[in-house]
Amino acid sequence: MRATVPKSRLTNRQREALVGLLLLLPSLLIIFGITLQPILSTLYLSFFKTGLGINIERVFVGLGNYLNLLGDATFWQTIGRTLYFTVVSVGLELLLGLGIALLIHAHPPGWKFLRAVLIIPWAVPTIVNGTLWRWIYNADYGALNGLLSKLGLIDHYIPWLTHPRTAMNLVILADIWHSVPFIAIILQAALATLPVELEEAAAIDGANAWQRFLYVRLPLLRFAILVALVIRTVEAFRVFDIIYVITNGGPAFGTVTISYLTYLETFSYGNIGRGAALSFLISLFTLTMAVVYIRMLYRPEDRA
Amino acid sequence: MPKIRHLRQKLGLFLLTIPVYLFIFLPIAWLLISSLSTRAELLSVPIHWIPENPTLKNYIDILTPGTATSEVARTFKITLRNSLVVASSVTIIALMIGSLAAYALVRINIPFRRQMMLGVIGTRMIPEVSLVIPLYIIATRMGLYNTLTVLIATYLCFALPFAIWMMGSFFETVPLELEDAALIDGATRLQTLFRVIMPISAPGLVSTAIFVFLTAWDEFFFALIFTSTVSAKTVPVAIAEFTGRYVVDVGGMMTGGVLAAIPPVILALIFQRYIVSGLTSGAVKA
Repeated sequence: MRATVPKSRLTNRQREALVGLLLLLPSLLIIFGITLQPILSTLYLSFFKTGLGINIERVFVGLGNYLNLLGDATFWQTIGRTLYFTVVSVGLELLLGLGIALLIHAHPPGWKFLRAVLIIPWAVPTIVNGTLWRWIYNADYGALNGLLSKLGLIDHYIPWLTHPRTAMNLVILADIWHSVPFIAIILQAALATLPVELEEAAAIDGANAWQRFLYVRLPLLRFAILVALVIRTVEAFRVFDIIYVITNGGPAFGTVTISYLTYLETFSYGNIGRGAALSFLISLFTLTMAVVYIRMLYRPEDRA
Repeated sequence: MPKIRHLRQKLGLFLLTIPVYLFIFLPIAWLLISSLSTRAELLSVPIHWIPENPTLKNYIDILTPGTATSEVARTFKITLRNSLVVASSVTIIALMIGSLAAYALVRINIPFRRQMMLGVIGTRMIPEVSLVIPLYIIATRMGLYNTLTVLIATYLCFALPFAIWMMGSFFETVPLELEDAALIDGATRLQTLFRVIMPISAPGLVSTAIFVFLTAWDEFFFALIFTSTVSAKTVPVAIAEFTGRYVVDVGGMMTGGVLAAIPPVILALIFQRYIVSGLTSGAVKA
């Protein structure tokens, strides 16, 4: 009996692996078909000069599209705007989200209600969020002008979306409204899991509230903050929907980010090769961030 | 004295929550008020913060359209149905196919399973814009342009990896002993999955389903690129189209916005607990 055990276990293992692979197969096929193959195909197309449509001629240009982009001021301005959007929106969202999380954690009266309704801006669809803010920013009838003039802060209505930098900042404001709840919810849940003993010990040792926050709470929250940061950075870098709805990339290209430029190149100008090169660059950035994220989720010290 | 100090502290904290409530509710209030206002009041200066003649006309125009209403308002109900069909189909497919994969990746000893799981997490982050050109070319060639099918198929690019990853993290928490007991009793892997793992992970499945549904309901980019008529357009595309070239139907746009926001907001409020556990499963797990 005993002698046969290792042998049958081996075949069992192989059978197991086979069952496992069969269970995986549908997912692998779908992921290959709609994600991996398109990425490779995009890379391939980025070496050609070609247009949309079935029978359009493809001219091989090698790295031409990439070199072209790197030498193009519009491309670098777009990268600059994308970074501005990403850094400012994610930075402010993190600060506000952390503030709200700490406030809820201090259990003000009605904190459970506050925690419940906080999810609403996050749940409102992005496009609804965008159209709503576009209406709020409306130059002639918008609520922003109405509110500010009622409060006496402006004496005449301002056409908010006609100045590039202002338009960008207002798109960021709309994004903040949508995403602050996401970060606040993550951080509040993380705060709720922290042991209170450490802070109590620090308090006994004479640490004031600020020191306790800076040296006890913040380091313990580090991981949750990093995760929120990476997820939001990836999302912010690819921003498209709210820009499409609020400004259409305008005024004067002032809110064109890298995703929007890819959209314009591909579907408005029909420069498929150039669009493919841009979207491959976005893939590269995302994959880099994905590696950072995975490294964080599966830190070596957690493996044990 | 300490009692008074405690009360003052509570009051201070409560005052701090007021700006947060304003931040959350002012835009929502303006969305609702705009949807209940007449065209004349929407275009009045100074603004009528509280409509003098509140009306349900915008809702009636969308829900029981007459001939006088705009094209977008008239077809809005169809786009609502399209969104519902697409989001539900994507959710069902992603959960069915994804649960098999998630189970295999967390519980069966397959070569490279760890690397495959990391690959799944990686593909989850790939933005749609990185995939859209080849998908557009293939969809056109296969005659799938402007169909609900192409939306369902392409939405799986974010829905499936997400579902696998999230269900995997829930399956991992099911005690191994339960599963071993079933396997020893002669259950097959599939039976174990459906009769032991899935029932125990029901809350996880609910939160995965809600997440996938909300993301699909929210999706705009593929719908914008892959559809051209009302037979396949989804709600986000319809709402974006209220901003026409010459006229903007603000009342209709805000009303469409309210109708589009109702399902996800209600889902989010009802399943709050599940959503929070989903949002934090990545952040708090380790």
